[in-house]
Amino acid sequence: MSAAPQAVRLQPADAPATGATKRPHVTIRGLSKRFDKAVIYDNFDLDIPRGELISIFGPNGCGKSTLINIIAGLIPPDQGQILFDGMRLDEIKFGYVFQNYREALFPWLRAFDNIAYPLKMMQVPSDERRDRTERLVARLGIKLDLNLYPYQMSGGQQQLVSIMRALIVEPEILFLDEPFSALDYEMTLFMREQLQRIYMETGTTTVLVSHDLEEAVFLADRVLLLSRHPARVADFPAVRALRPRTDATLSDPEFVRTKAHCLDVFQREVRRA
Amino acid sequence: MNTKNLRPFLPVLGVIGLVAVWSLTTWRVWVDPVLLPSPIATFLALWKGMDGGALGFDFVKTVYRTAASTAIAAVIAIPLGIVLGSSERLYRSLEFVIDFFRSTPASAMFPLFLVLFGVGDETKISVAAFGAILVILFNVAYGVMNARKTRLLAAKVMGASRLRVLFDVTLLESLPQTFVGLRNGVSLALVIIVVAEMFIGSQDGLGHSVFEAQQLFDMPRMYAAIFAAGVLGYGLNLFFLLVERRFVHWSGK
Repeated sequence: MSAAPQAVRLQPADAPATGATKRPHVTIRGLSKRFDKAVIYDNFDLDIPRGELISIFGPNGCGKSTLINIIAGLIPPDQGQILFDGMRLDEIKFGYVFQNYREALFPWLRAFDNIAYPLKMMQVPSDERRDRTERLVARLGIKLDLNLYPYQMSGGQQQLVSIMRALIVEPEILFLDEPFSALDYEMTLFMREQLQRIYMETGTTTVLVSHDLEEAVFLADRVLLLSRHPARVADFPAVRALRPRTDATLSDPEFVRTKAHCLDVFQREVRRA
Repeated sequence: MNTKNLRPFLPVLGVIGLVAVWSLTTWRVWVDPVLLPSPIATFLALWKGMDGGALGFDFVKTVYRTAASTAIAAVIAIPLGIVLGSSERLYRSLEFVIDFFRSTPASAMFPLFLVLFGVGDETKISVAAFGAILVILFNVAYGVMNARKTRLLAAKVMGASRLRVLFDVTLLESLPQTFVGLRNGVSLALVIIVVAEMFIGSQDGLGHSVFEAQQLFDMPRMYAAIFAAGVLGYGLNLFFLLVERRFVHWSGK
């Protein structure tokens, strides 16, 4: 089990756009969004590096989820342009994992058919759907009875099914909106491990919204710290701990330093009210 | 003795209690025997009536009318409910009309339907269908409107077209509520059919049976017909519950 090479990990944290050794994967330019009177984003720019796991963290209501929902096309922006390698959203394959797995999965389909559903939408023939689903499950090494219906599974198992459903199309980018916040602590720890394994296995660019700073830092190659709205990038530090990260990582001095720095930035932004 | 093993038999206790009180009442002659016959006399009347007697024929007639009116109502109301529920604006503009007629006692429509369809089966079936349509329509439309937004979004994110979302998600999402509508609809249809059988120059059906027995002062037969109607109402509800449990296995989970 060796960690996948993370070439961009050592680049300067303050210059993700210009100093990158690779082209950025997602470029956001001039994004503006308001809900009624609240201006959530005003002329917001961001580059998301390729093949990294990015956590988004910030004060309550700052627009963490709004950002990935706009990027993933669930909410239309008022203004601005979002490109993926210069392409529009409808030209790429992406996966999205909702916080509320209970309402995001289809209870009338068995887990297997839930996972294969996006392939059905792509008009993949049913034999191939079966093959690809079986291959994905084998590759991720996930031990689940996929003949069960979602309501027969635990919360964590359901969210694993959701994640596999997002991965089945071999997405270029994966979005997760607070995927573990409806799970109990034990399950959350297990799911963090699973997500890290899946990320190391696939190397997919991943954008994760989290409301738990430790989780955000633990999982990420880079933590996007947002200010109160209208949101700016307060900081975008790299997390240099090696993968696979374990419980020991939590007490690693470098990890502790990064987490403390993120907490500082966060509290500065919270007090700025 | 484990008290847990007794659990399945608890519902029977109420039945035994009822029959015991009833037996005691008739045995001690607390009530005029002409008004309340003994349980045995009633059961014999029920048995004789259902076993090749007139009651069995009336029972089948009522089942046929109730089933026909519910089927007609479902065929009309379910597609209409889906259309109305898919467009919140359309539903809001028709909501008052639907609620108004849903609140109007369907029995008040008998004279109108008599003029339209005459005194045959058509009148009974169409009045009952009219009542059931509004109940089913209302429930289907609400089922469609209350489809979980996350589930619709999830399908959309996975590239489902609007038509696919309708067939793959919205329709299935509305099924539990549709079954609530069907159960309420069939109960209402039975009420209307039995009332119609009593009054509109009817020759058969459970309503006619109850009414005729009362006119002839044949009390055991009247109670037997009432019980037959009760069994039918309970059975229809149970039937829809079983169908729902079989085909809408995710309901309430």
